Amino acid sequence: MNLLGRYRIVLPVLSLALLLAATFWMQPRAMSYFGLNLLFNLAVPLALATCAQMMVMMVNDIDLSLGAFVSLVACVVATFVHDTPALGFAILVALILCYAALGALIHALDLPAIVVTLGMSFVWGGLALFILPSPGGASPDWLRSLMTVKPPLAPMAVIASVVIAAAGHLLIVRSGIGTVLRGVGGNARSVARAGWPLIRLKALAYGLAGLFGVLAGLALVGLTTSADANIALRYTLLSIAGVILGGGEFVGGRVSPVGAVIGALTLALAASFLSFLRLSPDWQIGAQGAILILVLTARLIFSRKGGVA
Amino acid sequence: MRALARPWIWAWLAAALAFGLTLALTSGRGAGELAYAALSFGAFATIVGLGQMLVITLGPGNVDLSIPATMTLAATLALKAMGTEPGTALLGLGVAIGVGLAAGGANFALIYLLRLPPIIATLAASLIYQSLAIWSNRGLRIKPPPGLADFATGRFLGLPNVAWVALFLSLAVWIALERSVWGRWLLATGQNMRAARFASVPVELVRASTYVTVALFAGLAGYLLASFSGGAALNMGTEYLLMSIAVVVIGGTSIAGGYSNVPGVFGAALFMFLVVSMLNSYGAAAGIRNVLTGAIIIGIVIVASTRRMRA
Repeated sequence: MNLLGRYRIVLPVLSLALLLAATFWMQPRAMSYFGLNLLFNLAVPLALATCAQMMVMMVNDIDLSLGAFVSLVACVVATFVHDTPALGFAILVALILCYAALGALIHALDLPAIVVTLGMSFVWGGLALFILPSPGGASPDWLRSLMTVKPPLAPMAVIASVVIAAAGHLLIVRSGIGTVLRGVGGNARSVARAGWPLIRLKALAYGLAGLFGVLAGLALVGLTTSADANIALRYTLLSIAGVILGGGEFVGGRVSPVGAVIGALTLALAASFLSFLRLSPDWQIGAQGAILILVLTARLIFSRKGGVA
Repeated sequence: MRALARPWIWAWLAAALAFGLTLALTSGRGAGELAYAALSFGAFATIVGLGQMLVITLGPGNVDLSIPATMTLAATLALKAMGTEPGTALLGLGVAIGVGLAAGGANFALIYLLRLPPIIATLAASLIYQSLAIWSNRGLRIKPPPGLADFATGRFLGLPNVAWVALFLSLAVWIALERSVWGRWLLATGQNMRAARFASVPVELVRASTYVTVALFAGLAGYLLASFSGGAALNMGTEYLLMSIAVVVIGGTSIAGGYSNVPGVFGAALFMFLVVSMLNSYGAAAGIRNVLTGAIIIGIVIVASTRRMRA
């Protein structure tokens, strides 16, 4: 298992390294403290959102409401957390609890997660519009300075990515409860037979997704300094792509937090890479799709050679 | 009570309820206009919903996320080919169908050759279609040829022409599902792919034809929508991603696959339009409207699932 675990992470690392090398080759000036920060700045919220999606995919569900949820969090942060921090944080905690309750509900009534989260995307989006009908708000100062801090040695974006990956790894891969949570995705029935309350585990997985979603919203507002009800809608699909790019699977609890962060970085880099190629911006979105297909093709060849089907 | 046991009846009842509640406010005025608008706008949701229904019927994990991009691409290229010249409606239709076939074929090639999960394959492909549409559109807004625009906004026997198209396609899909071998194959594949394969159902052929069909329907919907609304826009398909999945589920099709429900899709498409216009006429702001729409979708799923448990 350990070998396999390492095996699956090799490809995401390689694809990111390759893309990064190509970027540096084309634009050597990107190979600097400032350049790296610019390249990966906006990857930090995406990496957190990808981790959130991973928590849900870990228990064999899929979250189509994540983008709307992160947008809602961003709106709450730019208004309530900025104006009345106590109330703002209470709302954020309530949102995380909502996510946990959603997980329990989906499990208790055996509902299809894809549809419930689809419905929730309307709810989150509506609430966000209600809070912030037009783009605006302001980032709390402490958040702004946290996201733009300039630590020595490595830029903020890189350090943040490493911290997120390490925290996720400790939580999901190393800890006991993380192993049980992945077990829910692997074989829920046997986890239940072993005496674990499935409903609480599902609530925990969704709660963690909510927590990472809130963190993503916080990071996003720290970078953009204002919010808008549609600010993060594309995160829904990008986060799914990030999890898969990072070696995760849709079923079976086979997920990797480190891989998810790397997947998010790869997707963020893909967009900048194209602008260095001086291709027309029309193709920026398509490039992300093409890179996604390329990496997955490589994975197919890779896994066939390695004999792991 | 037999009728109540049919899953599609709920979508129609909900649509009727939303219709009634809207008219209660206006004390019956504008009933014809509201029904006409619901049929017009519901037609597009029905067409993409039918395609999505077929894909979802294939079983867990099967869903087409490239519908909005295919719609936009088909509409953009078709309008470009027609260039507002009269008498080119069929040429445009051919282009839209060609785009649909190509997109569906490409989607399935990714799924089959690269063994990608359909969600990822259609997602990645949709990003590329989107880029193609942006590249070929260039911000131009080409009007559809007048004859085609008249057709798309016109009516026949009191019903909108687009509703007739949706009705015709619903009938075709219903017949294909209920009365043809292909439909039986599709349902068998969705219920248990392994068992279907052992029963010598050509599973891959069924999957290929389904993914091509959904893209074809998306292309057609894009062509009609662009003709209806006087031009293609890059964001014209956006709302149809969630819409296509929502109408399938509200219509009573099993999200786990293997069970289709054609009449439900039509009813759910009408319902989705009527519920928005109901909330509009009660003066709900955009935010509240969305929250209520989401709550209603979840409520219907919960009701449907508790009924299933008792059954």
